[in-house]
Amino acid sequence: MSNLAPKQLDGTPQTEKVAGPWLEAWRGFKKSKLAVVGAGIVLFFIIVAFIGPFIAMQGINEQLLSDRLLKPSSTYWLGTDDLGRDILSRIIHGARISLWVGFFSVIGSLVVGSFLGIIAGYYGKWIDTIISRIFDIMLAFPSILLAIAVVSVLGPSLQNALIAIAIINIPNFGRLIRSKVLSIKEEEYITSAKAIGMKDIRILFSHILPNSMSPVIVQGTLAIATAIIEAAALGFLGLGAQAPAPEWGKMLADARVNFINAPWTMFFPGLAIMLTVLGFNLMGDGLRDALDPKMKN
Amino acid sequence: MDYKRGYTFLFLTFCSRIILEYPATFSLHNALDGEVKTMLHYIGKRLWQLVPVLLGMTFVVFMIIRAIPGDPAQVILGQQASESAVKALRTKLGLDDPWYIQYFDYLWGLITGDLGESMRTMNPVSDEIWGYLAATFELSLFAILIAIIVGINAGIISAWFQNSWFDYTAMILALVGVSMPIFWLGLMLQYIFGVEFGLLPTTGREEVRNPVESITNLYVLDTIIQGRYDQLGTVLKHLILPGVALATIPMAIIARMTRSSMLEVMRSDYVRTARSKGQRMFWVVYKHALKNAIIPVLTIIGLQMGMLLGGAILTETIFGWPGVGRYIYEAINFRDYPVIQSGILVVAFIFVMINLVIDVLYSLIDPRIKYD
Repeated sequence: MSNLAPKQLDGTPQTEKVAGPWLEAWRGFKKSKLAVVGAGIVLFFIIVAFIGPFIAMQGINEQLLSDRLLKPSSTYWLGTDDLGRDILSRIIHGARISLWVGFFSVIGSLVVGSFLGIIAGYYGKWIDTIISRIFDIMLAFPSILLAIAVVSVLGPSLQNALIAIAIINIPNFGRLIRSKVLSIKEEEYITSAKAIGMKDIRILFSHILPNSMSPVIVQGTLAIATAIIEAAALGFLGLGAQAPAPEWGKMLADARVNFINAPWTMFFPGLAIMLTVLGFNLMGDGLRDALDPKMKN
Repeated sequence: MDYKRGYTFLFLTFCSRIILEYPATFSLHNALDGEVKTMLHYIGKRLWQLVPVLLGMTFVVFMIIRAIPGDPAQVILGQQASESAVKALRTKLGLDDPWYIQYFDYLWGLITGDLGESMRTMNPVSDEIWGYLAATFELSLFAILIAIIVGINAGIISAWFQNSWFDYTAMILALVGVSMPIFWLGLMLQYIFGVEFGLLPTTGREEVRNPVESITNLYVLDTIIQGRYDQLGTVLKHLILPGVALATIPMAIIARMTRSSMLEVMRSDYVRTARSKGQRMFWVVYKHALKNAIIPVLTIIGLQMGMLLGGAILTETIFGWPGVGRYIYEAINFRDYPVIQSGILVVAFIFVMINLVIDVLYSLIDPRIKYD
């Protein structure tokens, strides 16, 4: 924007197309090498999750009991586990589970959190008080504990772990949107929208929501990283995915029995978790620098 | 458990000291009486705001049993349980009363110090939990110390030698550190230092054949009090692996925060002035720059102390550390709901309290913060 003003002032015709906010953000994002690396890692795991079943050498539960606890070799690139299952194949299948939990739990908390945040921020008064207090209460628990509480009510399963993770992330999104709505609400274009008789719901969806999107995208990306770790942690504690699902956290928990003789059974699933989470974290950091005007300079 | 009384005494002494020495702490900052009043007003307000949060927390925890789909008593006891046993449990848990009466009973119980009774050991949770809490406290304290010492220094050196190999290595490690699943790191540490090199013990808090005689249940303190320095060594050795695992994430976050905060301060005029006066770089960095750079780092440290409680559950499970996290974990496996409830409540209560103390301390350190 800065090079635009002088051009207009001295009357030279404007030849360059003005970059929109998204294009500008993309340029900013591209500048950060780490962010691009992060996006690359994320893209890699997404591709693996999609084409996984076609490239995995073994099925999820295909067991070859004669090939138990084999070291990584040319046949089994990452070795086999105590039931003779190919670890690489299970990790490939597991990418699907982790990304699925990551995306959908975040989408769930985003939708519910945004809804509550918008209502609290836009209508204020007692609705705001109630919703904000509920957020306060939820944030008063360390997140993994709240997840454990939810799962101990619903019973351990992957789906319930997803629900639990979605629930614990609601207040993060809710608060973010609420504060954003509070500041946007005072803008002049909202006052003028009200003045021309626009309905609340239309103001909310066509003005306020689109304008509060960028911090949500950043928070969403980082939240996927946390959600993946939390799902793996629940799986590890036996509260998430159940056997024989190739969930990475569950694979780690199963590997504990043999980790002295067969360290590869625990090394690779953990590495997969770490890489995916690292990818989302790097991407989130890059997006924050590109999208959040306060962080610019 | 007699150390419970000891803790209460320690806590009361601590509180009374704070109250008595409160004005003295303030005179350090040359604060005026008016400011003390604002401060007290702020603390009072924060405590008052805490009431609905605490009530809400108790309600959430109260609902853990009640929200179980179907008959909670049946679920807790399993499908094979006899009808009379289920009925007895229903009466014991008060499940037949209307929910608001149950809730008030529960609240009253909490106020009178009744945290329920473990269904596994049949002991009151309020008696059992102290020992576990002490173990968690010891581990968390050790972890946060490692995180602070290593994290802050790594951040300072990275900022001091910006764009050097040390800076790059430290920051890449920090990036990996924040993305590290703590349970995986724990297992790896166990494998590398416990199994492969056989350097450090991988489970528990003490040598099984040479148990520590517990006074406060903080073993480091206990061994020092008793002068058992041979045991102190083993106790410290047992702390290292779980401590490092638990410290990694906060360490990474503290290092990153210190670095960015230091970089900002190092560019300021007064640092340049100190340099141009010929002050040695070490003193410029550690004395002048650090003083102003540390404030945002302290907030982060405070936040991380709360987060440690969450991480402790996973770390304690892996390292067989008999802390409150492991207590909750075992309770889950046994469907010991009173322990799950009270364990979660106690940890969440501590979490809230830490956050409150940090907020208050933060406003003490940085007078620019307004108490609104």
